[in-house]
Amino acid sequence: MFIEVRNLSHNYDKELVGNYTLKDIDFKVEKGEFIGLIGHTGSGKSTLVQTLNGLIKPTEGEIIIGGSDITKEKDLKEVRQKVGLVFQYPEHQLFEENVFLDVAFGPKNLGLEGEELEERVKEALVAVNLNYKEFKDKSPFKLSGGQQRRVAIAGVLAMKPEVLILDEPTAGLDPKAREELLQEITSLQKRSGLTIILISHRMEEVGQLADRIIVLEKGKIVLEGTPNFVFSHVDLLEGIGLGVPQITKVMHELKNKLNIDDMRTDLFTILEAKKEILRVMRG
Amino acid sequence: MSLINIENLHYRYNSKGNWVLKEVDLEVNSGEFVVIVGHNGSGKSTLAKMLNGLLIPTEGDIEINGRSTKDRDNIWNIRQQVGMVFQNPDNQLIANIVEEDVAFGPENLGLESMKIRDRVDWALKEVGMEEFKRHAPHNLSGGQKQRIAIAGVLAMKPKCLVLDEPTAMLDPLGRKSVISTIEKLNKSLGMTVVHITHFMNEAIKADRIIVMDGGRVALEGTPKDIFAKVNQIKKYNLDLPQVAQLALELQKSGLDLPDDIFEVDRLVNLLCSLK
Amino acid sequence: MLDDIIIGQYIERDSFIHSLDPRIKILVIIFFIITIFLINAFTGYLFLAFFILVTVLLSKIKVKYIIKSIRPLIFIISFTLIVHLFMTRGGQIIWEWRFLKIEEEGLRMGLFMSLRLIFLVSYTSLLTLTTSPLALTDGLESLLKPFEKIGLPAHELAMMMSIALRFIPTLLEEAQKIMKAQKARGADFESGNLINKAKSLIPLLVPLFVNAFRRADDLALAMEARCYRGGEGRSRMNALLLVNKDYIVLALSFVYLISVGIFL
Repeated sequence: MFIEVRNLSHNYDKELVGNYTLKDIDFKVEKGEFIGLIGHTGSGKSTLVQTLNGLIKPTEGEIIIGGSDITKEKDLKEVRQKVGLVFQYPEHQLFEENVFLDVAFGPKNLGLEGEELEERVKEALVAVNLNYKEFKDKSPFKLSGGQQRRVAIAGVLAMKPEVLILDEPTAGLDPKAREELLQEITSLQKRSGLTIILISHRMEEVGQLADRIIVLEKGKIVLEGTPNFVFSHVDLLEGIGLGVPQITKVMHELKNKLNIDDMRTDLFTILEAKKEILRVMRG
Repeated sequence: MSLINIENLHYRYNSKGNWVLKEVDLEVNSGEFVVIVGHNGSGKSTLAKMLNGLLIPTEGDIEINGRSTKDRDNIWNIRQQVGMVFQNPDNQLIANIVEEDVAFGPENLGLESMKIRDRVDWALKEVGMEEFKRHAPHNLSGGQKQRIAIAGVLAMKPKCLVLDEPTAMLDPLGRKSVISTIEKLNKSLGMTVVHITHFMNEAIKADRIIVMDGGRVALEGTPKDIFAKVNQIKKYNLDLPQVAQLALELQKSGLDLPDDIFEVDRLVNLLCSLK
Repeated sequence: MLDDIIIGQYIERDSFIHSLDPRIKILVIIFFIITIFLINAFTGYLFLAFFILVTVLLSKIKVKYIIKSIRPLIFIISFTLIVHLFMTRGGQIIWEWRFLKIEEEGLRMGLFMSLRLIFLVSYTSLLTLTTSPLALTDGLESLLKPFEKIGLPAHELAMMMSIALRFIPTLLEEAQKIMKAQKARGADFESGNLINKAKSLIPLLVPLFVNAFRRADDLALAMEARCYRGGEGRSRMNALLLVNKDYIVLALSFVYLISVGIFL
């Protein structure tokens, strides 16, 4: 097991007993897995991912990554290298005068320099589909929104993490930029076997990308499993206001109205749904 | 007569720059719900800023209720008539108490204090935020902040509401609450709405959709007309709602479905009637 | 948590003092300060203490909040006391040990000075405890208005203050977020010597400023879109309005304080 979270609880204010932001969280992640983490604003997902790279020290529980418990770790730099965290709107943290220096900030903090550093930066920029020669000397503040976001993600990739956590990486991007970024993330994972945890509000997005989905509500895991399994719980997901992909919704309603027992409702891609509907309609 | 009348509009930020808007001709009628869609850089936000004189046409003309935005004497009247709501909920609230913020617009119009009080209470009620009137904005959610911003504009009693990507930075719940607020204002108050977005599924209920691309109006029509043009929509880097895509696939496979399906309920009902 | 620090220490209560016009409160404080410096007899301080007590009772603010406001100044107060005790000469010797000597005048001046400080701080803190920041800026704007003729930008100053009040929590939140994001890239804000520490702040400060300027741009546009054109022609929803009780409080305080100041 690569990541193992055991009995994790956290409350920000210890004086307020029972005011938990996270409560009894248990889950495991295999190496190379793609996890989708969904939940409302305030469900605890941001707190959870911050505990995974030591930015927040949980009040109770263990987080074992690659064999050692990071809640007991003294050297957090090493933890943060292993678990890369890309925050929401990461372009708001760009600060250097050119793209090269900004991407190099992380690896420099790890003590890299010279050719090795340059290699890292090059690799990271290529991974997010930015031409190294063309972009390295440009000011990050003069790039387009989508490009800025890529530079920011490259800044985390340049630390060569084993786990990459992305907090709503596509927020605010238009459909084209969103599509491209998601494609880069998938191909990155396929190429390098990176373990990825993706936070997203877009059910369609998570359904298509993730091997497994974890649903967080009020600091607890309320649902966990493959996208098909999770999306088959339409009532639960709608009850907590998260909803399901439109396609799943269609399947679910159709089954209810037509009263067909053997119809599948756990589908979320257009192709699968089309097949199933045609099967049912032509009966 | 139309409320907003745009004729042969051209715009560039400086005299050597590229044209950001080209040959735009548009009319918006009183009470209409118009959605402008387009990818980033299509010129849609620039167009929004021209509607209340924050930017002035380089060539061509924009008239609000017959008054040109080019005439500086009209500017305050135009800004009162065309209210703007912007993308970032944090960067458009001015006061540190909700009701004081909503009062900001009417205060600038120089209204008397009793009248401002009435308008503030009314506007907060219209957006469903009256219980938060003594709260500090920074403690509210994104969706709530956007509704406060809408109330702030409403309190100026405009004829038209222009919203420049008001949902881009919100989570699904916030997005829903803002969209339903806008739809309600259009229906119950007859407010003219120009809603700018890159989410196609927010355009479903519009009277008219305008697709912008490369600074021009690329397509214009009812949701039914627009959503049927799948290939063109893809070309302009927009995404069709998944239900619409599914309906089209089913239609292609021989099911007898109409072109204008973009809502879950409608598709389900039509499929049931086919069975 | 952040609110405690930021919004001054305003405590919302339904009290007589809370309901007074902020301008009256500011003026009374000015009289109070003048009186403090006029008085040089202990009886005068007794009358001032009485005045403070009445205000506190009318404000429904717990005494512990006022003590809290004095606490940060304990060092300065004790320092003043000690310096006067041992340095100011005059009158009989009260206490003597080798070269250390306390004389009557020193004791008197020491007590006077520390009492002055305590009174000053506790009374001004009553102002911020009972007046919302917004009312305070409105009050200041209105009091400074007459000075606009000599070029003092009263409206602009007040507008700046209220925008600052609105954005401080937002910027603090943002600073925390940026700090975390840079820490996630291995930044170290804690260790190292002073120069290294200062250098390590660059990745925090640059984005913070860039974002603040962007916010300022957005905000200016939003204000313009809502017909803002400076203070001229602008009205207020909660316009400050003086009522009888304001005049009475002002008159009574004036008479009381100035007579205490002059006669004692």
